[in-house]
Amino acid sequence: MQYLFDNFWALTITGLTLGAVYALVALGYTLVYGVLRLINFAHSEVFMYGTFAALWVVTFLGGNATGSIAQVIFWIAMMFVAAMAMSGLIAVLLERFAYRPLRKRNAPPLIALISAIGASFVLAEIMGLREKITGWFGLDTPLATYVRNSRNNAGMPEIITPQPVFTLGDYAVTNVDIFVIVGAIAIMIMLDQFVKRSRLGRGIRAVAQDPESAALMGVNRDRVIQVTFLVGGVMAGAAAAFYMLKIGITRYDAGFILGVKAFTAAVLGGIGNLRGALLGGFVLGLAENYGSAIVGTEWKDVVAFLLLVVILLFRPTGLLGESLGKARA
Amino acid sequence: MLLEVNGLCVNYGRIEAIRDITFSVEEGEIVTLIGANGAGKTTTMKTISGLRPVRAGSVMFDGKDITHMPSHERPVLGISQSPEGRGCFVGMTVMENLEMGTYARPDRKSPAVKKDLERVFELFPRLKERSNQAAGSMSGGEQQMLAMGRALMAKPKLLLLDEPSMGLAPKLIQQIFDIVTEINSQGTTVLLVEQNAAQALKRSHRAYILETGEIVREGTGKDLAADPAVKAAYLGGDV
Repeated sequence: MQYLFDNFWALTITGLTLGAVYALVALGYTLVYGVLRLINFAHSEVFMYGTFAALWVVTFLGGNATGSIAQVIFWIAMMFVAAMAMSGLIAVLLERFAYRPLRKRNAPPLIALISAIGASFVLAEIMGLREKITGWFGLDTPLATYVRNSRNNAGMPEIITPQPVFTLGDYAVTNVDIFVIVGAIAIMIMLDQFVKRSRLGRGIRAVAQDPESAALMGVNRDRVIQVTFLVGGVMAGAAAAFYMLKIGITRYDAGFILGVKAFTAAVLGGIGNLRGALLGGFVLGLAENYGSAIVGTEWKDVVAFLLLVVILLFRPTGLLGESLGKARA
Repeated sequence: MLLEVNGLCVNYGRIEAIRDITFSVEEGEIVTLIGANGAGKTTTMKTISGLRPVRAGSVMFDGKDITHMPSHERPVLGISQSPEGRGCFVGMTVMENLEMGTYARPDRKSPAVKKDLERVFELFPRLKERSNQAAGSMSGGEQQMLAMGRALMAKPKLLLLDEPSMGLAPKLIQQIFDIVTEINSQGTTVLLVEQNAAQALKRSHRAYILETGEIVREGTGKDLAADPAVKAAYLGGDV
């Protein structure tokens, strides 16, 4: 307990940065659930591909810790563009090839769920076997920097050295912390406005609330679903870029635990509810940190899932209640 | 003919929901389909809007074959529906619901939309009072008005109204039918589905009677209302 009080601010800030990443990934689960009533279990891989895109582009551009300010800004911008593009692309491909064919054949929801789990394994293993796969085409040597030891951790060169900006209690809040938290919140506000105000955003809400009425209004459901996957993917890509800035290490299976946590955050806040996903992400990030300070870091994951179980016992629809339908997102 | 339905058959799985029905709606008319529960009225409406696949037969709108056109392309042609059970977007405000009505309009950004909104508010003053309220928090009658107003915002050539009086108090039913007549007199063609046959027949130019998926009778509203068999089956003996 004393440890919690002594390190309160450190735990809070790192909890918030982690929570921001959970929240951004949780948005993808909740958006897709809203329009399709499908838990897209492969969304964790959408995130993981984003981390690699970020890593590769920084490696390719020769990012390092001694760059000028202009260089650092350029690296970070390219990192975000690459991660968001990669994750968005993977999410759209996933919808196109794993889910849409099932939908066209009116497959029961359970089939789509199994397909999601299968797609998750396929995507993870493709990344985990990238050295072998590029080897088939003789590309493993020229691409060695990117594919070597494909089942091990891959680290990104540090491009901004965390530097204290101000202190809270005993904790020196760094530029990276601030960037992650403020940047994530800015992206969330943008998404909120997109869903609330844009025509396609309205279409997403309409399909989530009442697909038949939406069709009667002239909303093209397939297109809305595609855009939903794209938006969810782009959010996961942004999360991946923040994650790489803060953590800096990824692996072909890095999506799994993070995906499960983000899914937990989505359920915690109320699946289908955008603001719920954000709240759930931050609550989970904080609870995990505070909880592990009390009972020990090795219990971190247990704390997260225990929290989920307890909240669902008392509020089965999550903190802010279910669906995108009811939520005035 | 604005709408021509020819030999239409629609199935739900293996069950035939409607069998070989043929009817038409002329520009400027109010046409009613009446029938008991399960007669196939709602299926017919959904099929015209493209929400149910056609097994056989055809649907022509404004001289164009729309039998297999995707549902979301039909509002662009001028088909708009207020569905059974209202289908309001309960998480959106009244205003957002009305704006959804303009989703498919090519001129959705033009000043014409504002005029149509004023017209809807004239027909349903209650919607104006509640424009910032969540649709889900309104009464059934208000949601019905919203569903009709939303359908009108699409500026349809053909307005499909599926059971607009369902579950409403008698006074409100009267009001809804008055508005249907008003909408029609302003130049919108209406295809109406109703269980409240007395009112519907009184208001419509022509009507068709559906029984277990087939059209068994047709005629002017007046003639059908006076027909003893129709009276006995649908009007509870008196009009």
